[in-house]
Amino acid sequence: MAKMTMVQALNLALRQEMEKDDRVILLGEDVGVDGGVFRVTDGLIDTFGDERVIDTPLAESGIVGAAIGMAVYGLRPVCEIQFSGFAYFNFHQLESHAARLRHRSQGRYHVPMVLRTPYGGGVRALEHHSESREVYYAHTPGLKMVIPSGPRNSRALMVSAIRDPDPVIFFEPKSLYRAFREEVPEEEETLPLGVPVKVREGRDITLVAYGAMIPPSLEAAEILKAEHGIETEVFDLLTISPLDDTLIAESVRKTGHAVVVHEAHRSFGPGAEIMARLMENVFYFLEAPVKRVTGYDIIYPLFAREKAYMPNRKRIVRAVRETLGS
Amino acid sequence: MPKKPILFSHQPESLSILDEKGNVDKELEPELSEEFLLKLYRSMLQGRRFDERMLNLQRQGRIGTFPPLVGQEASQLGAVVALEPSDWMVPAFREALAEIWRGKSMENIILYYGGYDEGGAVEENRNDLPMAVPVSSQTLHAVGIAMAMKYRSKPEVAMTFFGDGATSEGDFHEAMNFAGVFQAPVVFICQNNQWAISTPVSKQTRSETIAEKAAGYGFPGIQVDGNDILAVYSASREAVERARSGEGPTLIECLTYRMGLHTTADDPTKYRDNKEVEVWESRDPIVRFQKYLQDKGVLSPETTQQYEEEIKVEIQGVVERSEQLMKELGAPEDMFDHQYGELPPLLLRQREEMLAQWRLDQEEENHG
Repeated sequence: MAKMTMVQALNLALRQEMEKDDRVILLGEDVGVDGGVFRVTDGLIDTFGDERVIDTPLAESGIVGAAIGMAVYGLRPVCEIQFSGFAYFNFHQLESHAARLRHRSQGRYHVPMVLRTPYGGGVRALEHHSESREVYYAHTPGLKMVIPSGPRNSRALMVSAIRDPDPVIFFEPKSLYRAFREEVPEEEETLPLGVPVKVREGRDITLVAYGAMIPPSLEAAEILKAEHGIETEVFDLLTISPLDDTLIAESVRKTGHAVVVHEAHRSFGPGAEIMARLMENVFYFLEAPVKRVTGYDIIYPLFAREKAYMPNRKRIVRAVRETLGS
Repeated sequence: MPKKPILFSHQPESLSILDEKGNVDKELEPELSEEFLLKLYRSMLQGRRFDERMLNLQRQGRIGTFPPLVGQEASQLGAVVALEPSDWMVPAFREALAEIWRGKSMENIILYYGGYDEGGAVEENRNDLPMAVPVSSQTLHAVGIAMAMKYRSKPEVAMTFFGDGATSEGDFHEAMNFAGVFQAPVVFICQNNQWAISTPVSKQTRSETIAEKAAGYGFPGIQVDGNDILAVYSASREAVERARSGEGPTLIECLTYRMGLHTTADDPTKYRDNKEVEVWESRDPIVRFQKYLQDKGVLSPETTQQYEEEIKVEIQGVVERSEQLMKELGAPEDMFDHQYGELPPLLLRQREEMLAQWRLDQEEENHG
């Protein structure tokens, strides 16, 4: 096994799927010769040629609309939108067609495409380059919304996303692209879409997070144990939508407490949905109100102030302690 | 260096073969078998009669809102008949006749406008997308399909339909640009019917023609008399052949007219003069084609009468079968079908919940 960054692990997933299946093709702005601005597709054009790694004109709706046509024809396009902040140009193609063609054609067609795009803050970027707007996609029936949190699961989820028969929006936490390395096996590995994983066992409180919020959540769990003797059970959602809350509800039945963490704005965010599910399903097991540690409901600030905006391990530690009254 | 004009590599052209009186330009007349000419004629008649029946059904409250196509029979049929069955058609929402030609059942059209998702089904015998409501968004799908055909080295063509209003949308320009850049085997058919609801084409664009826009994307554009089925067919056949032989895309602007309503919810007297409609009535695509066929000795008034009778019976049968189907369909849980390849647990639970609620609604209604 090789130690890889998330960028390398995603590259491995794309390369192996392209080797295995000639239906898989890549398209996007600067994905070919340049290898993508974050280098996720680096070198793939050399192996697979410009027929399969397509540098497109600068037009997000064009990229996604063309990918929908390719998918309907029988290919498995993986398109890159350079930053999720530019995906609004193509949002209507996802909402109006990618998400609906299976239903509109009553099963004659489906749209097995993946839209990859970097999301999230913490990288001192320009305006439009730091937001976490996964909820837009999670609120759209027919789409799947996936967010990995490390090199190994990003590779496994990308393979699953490419093989999935439905359109998958794949948000890549750009602050984790090169933040750390993990062992990533050369042999095939997949993860099921729609199932969260428990990444830390604990009996006192359930912490739900995903994407770039996983590292600070795990750090917080360490601090809580070391300094306060609190055992935190941590879940990584991996799939935001369709969301399966079974494991989380089961955990809360045990712990009686929960905190949800995300970069996305608080109101109508994934945390609101998780809290609603807990209210519906395990209300009588809750011993305290569920707390949210999230981005605020404001325009994402330019980077001089982003540290005050972004949830961090200290905020998570405080939220857990407040919930537990410790 | 003096200032000098830059000439486009693709100068827009125009084409008309059959004039308003049905006189044919012998030099340009395409060679078509009598059998095929009659098939076209019968199909145009069928399209018009079906459209009239749909309007009646809507006015009687038996189906919901639908967009009539009356007046545009030649512009859509002339284009789509140039395709092979293995080619793909990507329609907008006013191409029922083109869809019927490709194999869509009229029953499904009635079901769809009767509010049943089942009517959107695409029959297995044709490679077409279902209709697309968001204006111009479908043009990109045709380009993606055509790029995939090229990748697979298949001698196939994608043809997409849209209106004059669509040429103001960004997706149209992105589709034209992608098609040009990737030399995709795609044919763009603009049915310029002069009106986008209440907005005339003069308020959609400052350019004199829509056809000339192709020059900006580096491929040929041609404006044809869209009420002249011979001209539409000739231009389309040439464009399909170009695409199939690897020479890339073409834009065809069919000058036609929306004789009827935008949809059955529209009242055109609010925004356009009836005198304009009368002018276009004199350019009727079916009357013109009928005159041509009669002058050519291919068609007799008796044959027209025979077609009319056959079509009447056929459509009556379609309406009866559709209404019977509507009675049989309607199990509410079917709305959860075809959401994902596999229904996620969350939706399985919501389907159960919906059914339970629905049953309670029914019980309360029955006892109320």
